[in-house]
Amino acid sequence: MIVIRLEDLLYSAPLLVLTSSGLLALIAEAAGRDKPVISYYTSLIGVITSLILTFLNLGAGVPVFNNMILQGGYAAYCNLIFLSSALLSIVLSRSYLERMQYHRGEFYVLIVFATAGMMLMAAALDLTIVFLGIELMSICLYVLAGFMRKKELANEAALKYFLLGAFATGFLLYGIALIYGTSGTTNLVVISRSFAQLSGNSLFLIGCGMLIVAFSFKIAAVPFHMWAPDVYEGAPTTVTAFMSTGAKAAAFATFVAVFVRVFDIPGTALSSVLALIAAASMIVGNVTAIAQNNVKRMLAYSSIAHTGYMLSGIAAGNAEGEQGILFYLVAYTFMNIGAFGIVSWVEQQEDRKLKFDDYAGFSARQPAVAVLMSVFMFSLAGIPPFAGFFGKYYVFLAAVKADMTWLAIIGVMTSLVSVYYYLRLVVLMYFCEGESDVAAKVPLAAISAVTLAAVLVILLGIYPSLLVDMTKGFFKI
Amino acid sequence: MLETYIPIFVVIAGGIVFGIVMVKLNEWLGPRRPTDEKLSTYESGMEPVRTARERFSVKFYMVAVLFILFDIEVVFLYPWAVAFKELGVAGYITMTVFIVILLIGLFYVWRKGALEWD
Amino acid sequence: MFSYSPLIVLFPLLGFLFLGLAGWRLRSEKLIGIIGSGSVGLSFLVAIMIFVHMLGLPVDQRKQSVELFTWISTFTGTPSSISVSVAYQLDQLSILMTLIVTGVGFLIHVYSIGYMRGDKGFWRFFTYMNLFIFAMLNLVLADNFLLMFLGWEGVGLCSYLLIGFWYDRKFDTGGYEPGKATTSDAAKKAFIVNRIGDFGFLLAMLLIFIHFGSLSFDAVFGRAAVLTPGSSIMVWITLLLFLGATGKSAQIPLFVWLPDAMAGPTPVSALIHAATMVTAGVYMVARCSVLYALAPAAMQIVAVIGALTAIIAATIGLVQNDIKKVLAYSTISQLGYMFLGMGVAAFAAGIFHVLTHAFFKALLFLGSGAVIHALHDEQNIQKMGGLRKYLPTTYWTFVVGAIAIAGIPPFSGFFSKDEILWKTFSSDYGSIPLWFLGVFGAGLTAFYMFRLVSLTFEGEGRYGHDVHPHEAPRTMTIPLIILAFLSVVGGLVGIPESLLGGNAVEHWLGPVFDPAYEKLRLTPHGVEATEYVLMILSVGVAAAGIYGARVVYIRRTELAELWRRKYASLHKLLFNKYYVDEAYDKLVVSPTVKVSDGFLWKGIDVAVIDGAVNGSARLIAMVAQNIRRVQTGIAQQYATVFVGGILVILIWLMFK
Repeated sequence: MIVIRLEDLLYSAPLLVLTSSGLLALIAEAAGRDKPVISYYTSLIGVITSLILTFLNLGAGVPVFNNMILQGGYAAYCNLIFLSSALLSIVLSRSYLERMQYHRGEFYVLIVFATAGMMLMAAALDLTIVFLGIELMSICLYVLAGFMRKKELANEAALKYFLLGAFATGFLLYGIALIYGTSGTTNLVVISRSFAQLSGNSLFLIGCGMLIVAFSFKIAAVPFHMWAPDVYEGAPTTVTAFMSTGAKAAAFATFVAVFVRVFDIPGTALSSVLALIAAASMIVGNVTAIAQNNVKRMLAYSSIAHTGYMLSGIAAGNAEGEQGILFYLVAYTFMNIGAFGIVSWVEQQEDRKLKFDDYAGFSARQPAVAVLMSVFMFSLAGIPPFAGFFGKYYVFLAAVKADMTWLAIIGVMTSLVSVYYYLRLVVLMYFCEGESDVAAKVPLAAISAVTLAAVLVILLGIYPSLLVDMTKGFFKI
Repeated sequence: MLETYIPIFVVIAGGIVFGIVMVKLNEWLGPRRPTDEKLSTYESGMEPVRTARERFSVKFYMVAVLFILFDIEVVFLYPWAVAFKELGVAGYITMTVFIVILLIGLFYVWRKGALEWD
Repeated sequence: MFSYSPLIVLFPLLGFLFLGLAGWRLRSEKLIGIIGSGSVGLSFLVAIMIFVHMLGLPVDQRKQSVELFTWISTFTGTPSSISVSVAYQLDQLSILMTLIVTGVGFLIHVYSIGYMRGDKGFWRFFTYMNLFIFAMLNLVLADNFLLMFLGWEGVGLCSYLLIGFWYDRKFDTGGYEPGKATTSDAAKKAFIVNRIGDFGFLLAMLLIFIHFGSLSFDAVFGRAAVLTPGSSIMVWITLLLFLGATGKSAQIPLFVWLPDAMAGPTPVSALIHAATMVTAGVYMVARCSVLYALAPAAMQIVAVIGALTAIIAATIGLVQNDIKKVLAYSTISQLGYMFLGMGVAAFAAGIFHVLTHAFFKALLFLGSGAVIHALHDEQNIQKMGGLRKYLPTTYWTFVVGAIAIAGIPPFSGFFSKDEILWKTFSSDYGSIPLWFLGVFGAGLTAFYMFRLVSLTFEGEGRYGHDVHPHEAPRTMTIPLIILAFLSVVGGLVGIPESLLGGNAVEHWLGPVFDPAYEKLRLTPHGVEATEYVLMILSVGVAAAGIYGARVVYIRRTELAELWRRKYASLHKLLFNKYYVDEAYDKLVVSPTVKVSDGFLWKGIDVAVIDGAVNGSARLIAMVAQNIRRVQTGIAQQYATVFVGGILVILIWLMFK
């Protein structure tokens, strides 16, 4: 006899509201004819309502639906990231898609469903829910990546993403199967109780290794990152913004939920594997980014590098690491989505105006936008007083505390390398002559979205404890 | 714990060895007199005319995907039918939600014309 | 009531933000002026309300901290954990300072509406002024060293911005490249000299954190209260703090910036470089009185530096001709008295002098501003004279200020200065030579102040005939009158017991300084008879100074010229301010510039550092160009790398 309690529904309200708004938008899209605006507003209202409900839900985490998912607490915090990312992406997408002549209502539906998947991922207390969430999110993203379906690069991106994604899903399932086989359950809370005993079992370890592989694919960590630059480049810019922030944050949210909050990995081989992946991501991401001429590709490699920084927090596996990642994710979401948003303003049809040189002299014509872009670049480079600095500071601090000083040193060294390619853009905007400008007049909503992101990046840089205090009680389930 | 897998490994090894032995044995024993006819692709007696690697209409995929979707729905419906009494009202509601969501999808697909062949 | 205290800080911040963001759009100077001064006025009202509330509380409940939020919290759980809050501490000392800052600040803001009329940077001026008040209040109200330091740096920044407010005007700083300097050079000078002091403050803060494990006042002073004097680390901490104070409060050896700071508009000189910011050093030493009590040697140094500064600045002030520079040296000299008070453990008296000095020095500066205003930016007192009949209000208020600073009873300066001198004479930590320097300085003070009054207001006008002096508008004269009133009666709150007063200031501040007094084991010395004698003596010296100045500069003007020729070398020495600027230029500035230019820049930076940086950048770019070839775009290859990664992970997991 299964029972659905009223609390289950109440605590899951953000998720339910969001999903319903997606379904409504879908019905509207099917019933009407070529009125993408309806879908836009429906999904926008859904996301905002869900955001408000999530704020109300920020208290302690409560397991609901027979301990299958957790609502509130950690999940609510992560939901804030996903929903903000979705909100900003939706707002930025409208004008962008109109300009690119791909404005379709399905776009917003897919974003909403992907967000619902993300929320499931962060909330999962059971490996089956992890799987469910990842697939719900990924399938939507496959379609979104190829949304500009007449563009060759977009098709290539979607197909590559799908093929490799399916490949990774196989490993995820294999890992879940091995863990289930050795522990007799898929419930994370139950597994956490006998983790110390299980970690001696090599099949269990291999199962965990498979999970690491699958998650590393989703967060684009080296050597499972190869899809990222191609997909980020081929996908519509606002989708790239959404993927590199929301989707990455979701993958990190499950990664943290499983490997920090449930498993007790410090001291095990898993921890060193994660540290290796982190180091490789930082080095490969930062060094390759230098050689890029395309801004979107540069941001793709930069996103791989940031994956590396954040992974150091998981490798450390301590409370500071978790807090650091949770702070970093927020900072990263806002600075990256802001940067991609501005890229989407400059971009023109058929992938024109995506090169570094297309930003030469940008500040002369768009002083305000250039300032915003500089804020994001400085923050991405980790220069105080922007939020990016504190993100790095916290994860490196966690690494040092977990006796992985070498990892922190690699992190700092590669951050130095990264300053080159971030500031290159700033230098081009301010100190070079050029004709660059935004492609068309940017609507007020999009400007407000990017400005909001910049304000948050600065605010969190000045006052990081605003968030860090919220995450203090989240360590361990 | 790993030792329980030994019989499986033995079977796998045996299978591999058997397969290789059989093919090699065939090669070694059988006579070999190739002609043009024999080397051509087998096409159920038809004359092979062009490459098999060509593009299919996306409609085939649509049908295949829709088939899989509703197939899976059935996979869910069967166990529900069997355990209908045990799952009670909550189970009924849950399944209704599930089916409604699928129906919305069907509605969308129908309205967008994916079910029309031409 | 205490919980309203963040409002004190909030209003100037809002004023700053509003004027900074929207000020340039506002056409009406009146509106800008009302917002700018109104925000400070509101703060003043809140401060008064809290003060009144505090008066009604028992002594032990008058101290309270209001925490707004945790600012920095890191390394929690480890021995090096550090947690700093943005929290405001209200106690007898900080509320007094807050009242001075907001009260005098408000009057000066109102005055500025008239003084700055028509300036193209009108809104910018009020923006900076509000920012200054915000920073100063943070400095004064902070409940930990770091927040205090934030305010400390903030006022330094505002000082820099306001000294260089008219950044394109010529102003000779007398140092590097004379003749080419503008007011922004004066601003830079002030900023750089202050940095030297700030460096001391920073080091002291570091030592405090290492030694006490915290930066909050309560924790540090609480732990210090159970220590016994004599450890050398306390001497280091207090001396480094004092280095910070010498920078901000313009004491030997870092006083050179203050006279040049007069390049800023006169209200700035009144607010920042007389009444408030420069007393931050005194406030800081008073705040850390417990630490100083643990290092009597450092207190000796503070006292000697204070006394020497008082004398040296006063002697320079005797011969200067710029009306504002005379007042600047006078400020340095008066700050010297305050430090003398700190050094001889007369903490309450020192703060009392901060209070009275804020009144009369702000008054004198604003008065000088009215004069400058009347004469169209003429600042040379040799080209003034006879202004008495044109500027009656300014004249009378200015004279009140001069009498107050000269130390004639019952004007405010008398009580505070005499309290310091008496403590210097009688305290265990004072001495007769220090007292003598103090009294001598008092005589000089009276002399140069009345030289200033005589040359400016008395005698015949020496300005051109085309100039028609006029009295300042009412927004300027009303603050003058209020300040003059305060200069007269401000001392009444601190009438010593020997004169049958209650010495309210000392009692009010008592609880703040009790831990330090306890540590120092002060024993009351001296008898009232001695005190009367000394009082009469110092009043006599001051009166002699006034009389002398009036004789020399009004009745027998030829005497001044005669003496100047007779003691030409002495006059030259004083007129050139003991050549301190020139000495610093030769000994510090030029060598530094030469070493940075020839060796550090061309030798180290360009050759070694740039070479290494560019080289490694080129190397990484080369590596990057090769690595990017791995990204072929072929999905099969990606999957291969993927599998390779899995194999590495699995092998690692199996064998680790």
